[in-house]
Amino acid sequence: MTDMLVEKSQPVDHAVDPALEKMIHATDGSHPTEGDVAIQNYTINFGPQHPAAHGVLRLVMELDGEIIERVDPHVGLLHRGTEKLIEYKTYAQALPYFDRLDYCSPACMEHTFVLAVEKLLDLEVPIRAQYLRVLFAELTRICNHMLNLGSHVMDVGAMTPNLWLFEIREDCMGFLERASGARMHHNYFRPGGVHQDVPLKLLTDMADWLDTRLPRLFEDAISLVADNRIFKQRNVEIATVSREDAIAWGFSGPMIRAAGIPWDLRKQQPYDVYAKMDFEVPVGTRGDCYDRFMVRVEEVRQSARIMKQCLAEMPEGPIASLDRKVVPPKRGEMKRSMEALIHHFKLYTEGYHVPAGEVYVATESPKGEFGVYLVSDGSNKPYRCKIRPTAFSHLQAMDFMSRGHMLADTTAILGAMDIVFGECDR
Amino acid sequence: MRAPAPAFAANLNEATIDAARAAIGAGLLDAIEIAGEVQLHVTREALVPALTALRDTPGLEYQQLMEIAGVDYPERVERFEVVYCLLSLTRNHRLHVHVGATEDTPVPSVTDIWPVAGWLEREVYDMFGVLFTGNRDLRRILTDYGFRGHPFRKDFPLSGFVEVRYSEEQKRVVYEPVKLAQDFRTFDFMSPWEGAEYVLPGDEKAKLPEAKGAPSPATATEVQKAGAAEAPKAPGAAPSQPYAKKDATSTAETGAGRDEADAKPKPADPDVVPTKGGGQNQ
Repeated sequence: MTDMLVEKSQPVDHAVDPALEKMIHATDGSHPTEGDVAIQNYTINFGPQHPAAHGVLRLVMELDGEIIERVDPHVGLLHRGTEKLIEYKTYAQALPYFDRLDYCSPACMEHTFVLAVEKLLDLEVPIRAQYLRVLFAELTRICNHMLNLGSHVMDVGAMTPNLWLFEIREDCMGFLERASGARMHHNYFRPGGVHQDVPLKLLTDMADWLDTRLPRLFEDAISLVADNRIFKQRNVEIATVSREDAIAWGFSGPMIRAAGIPWDLRKQQPYDVYAKMDFEVPVGTRGDCYDRFMVRVEEVRQSARIMKQCLAEMPEGPIASLDRKVVPPKRGEMKRSMEALIHHFKLYTEGYHVPAGEVYVATESPKGEFGVYLVSDGSNKPYRCKIRPTAFSHLQAMDFMSRGHMLADTTAILGAMDIVFGECDR
Repeated sequence: MRAPAPAFAANLNEATIDAARAAIGAGLLDAIEIAGEVQLHVTREALVPALTALRDTPGLEYQQLMEIAGVDYPERVERFEVVYCLLSLTRNHRLHVHVGATEDTPVPSVTDIWPVAGWLEREVYDMFGVLFTGNRDLRRILTDYGFRGHPFRKDFPLSGFVEVRYSEEQKRVVYEPVKLAQDFRTFDFMSPWEGAEYVLPGDEKAKLPEAKGAPSPATATEVQKAGAAEAPKAPGAAPSQPYAKKDATSTAETGAGRDEADAKPKPADPDVVPTKGGGQNQ
């Protein structure tokens, strides 16, 4: 890699063409001559409609030639006031809004919110529900990384891996649809457990898929880019972030791990049954875009490992808490029992009241630390639900990360950040 | 804690409160533990030294600022609360630092301690109108260019004041006052037995003035007078068993009896009143 850089920085041999030499010298700032054109810094808009911006991001970039001098990201073009809307909804009604935050990893968004509500309620969750949540959270992580790795690769010029990775993503969404009924907006995790049990055939299909189709497709696709010369030229030594910067700028997830800090909330602050799972936390050594890419690649393999453990160890049992003051009864039960009918009616109209308190619950979403600061006043609606997006701190660092790099590196830097605007703008 | 929430080193809570008391000193108003999480309430003046101490003191070591959340409590003297969520990577511990603020009393910026605070403070400013002194780039961040008002305040209506559409005549996007096809509906879910602030139909009969001798039917005006006299006393503050929590021991856990803070949006801030013209952005 280093020799490539040296090669690039060597001066081009101009002596061959006298006309070219004349032209070059005519615009040389250090030897001004008659008729010179003074080139000043100029400002361009990157986005808001740019395919490599991964959504509605507007970057106001100040360029010196092709070198980036300053980047001012303008976010908020997808702001929908989710937090305000949630204040007017019961806890059960608030949950689907989380699917629509990071629409590439909806289950992980739900996960944080249900854990926050459960923490305020101090609600016990049956072990099978915890396994199911971990299983589908990891499936979602694979799903998310497929999109990110694929689009990152495509942003720097390769086409094929993206198509293969989208095959995997399609499989993931198929599984999630079979569990929840919806491909993307699952609303599957509920305070107290999950919405419904999964059929055995789904679990066996997932196990087959993890053993055969996923490794074949994934390793094939990654083998095309991981050691690819062009891919490395575009990513190695691009936007290097030191450990100190990663901490000070509030990095989390693959961004902080690529900088060399083995910090993974699934490992350090385990929730649900992550404490029982055996998996490794990959870290980077240089903190550049290539490291971020490779950390995600390894995370996919580790997620598959966690899923296999979940499938092997998942016990039978209830899939949601039996506390009928929080978890509504199933429809069949509701049709037969008067008490169940009352509970069903009350929980779907009034909802449950959550004890007053304030919690900040953060989980390891595929993009980093996704947190919910939930304030309850004892009523059936959240008093305040502040969502901590992962993208906010990462995108804010865009300025210092891309300074001094070329304009074309912007797409690599953005791709390696893994930003989704549903979550960033809320 | 029975819930499967992220298990950070909660056993450090007590030690953390003691260490924080020693490190922050007089600026610390209160240090409490709620739902397994440590809350430090500090004064505005002491905020920057307190957060610096929390970051740099050995034994506290909160290296990362993860989040700054604004909360609006309109009934408080200092209506806004700014909450700093800190994370210690070395001690694997979290806490939040709370500081009060109003529209006129700016909070000192912590951008010199954590550069990440820049955008987080911009967001709190955008959503609540809390000012931060020392933040060199306090622009709006999430709302539209040229937006007025601070939408996450409790007195800002959910629907906002303006809506946009593409005008075919003018060939551009125009801003217009919000027109709702159906009235905004908000329901009172507080149980009448848990302190709803109104008299249920029929309840006024229980408080009729006693007539001498044989009971005679009260006139309508008497009933109305009696109802009016009783009405202010009617909101019972006595909480009863909370619906969701079987083993609540105190009223603090139920929080029963709050009225709907959002029932009637009344913008107190002239800033949030829409202009009479063609919309706020013109």
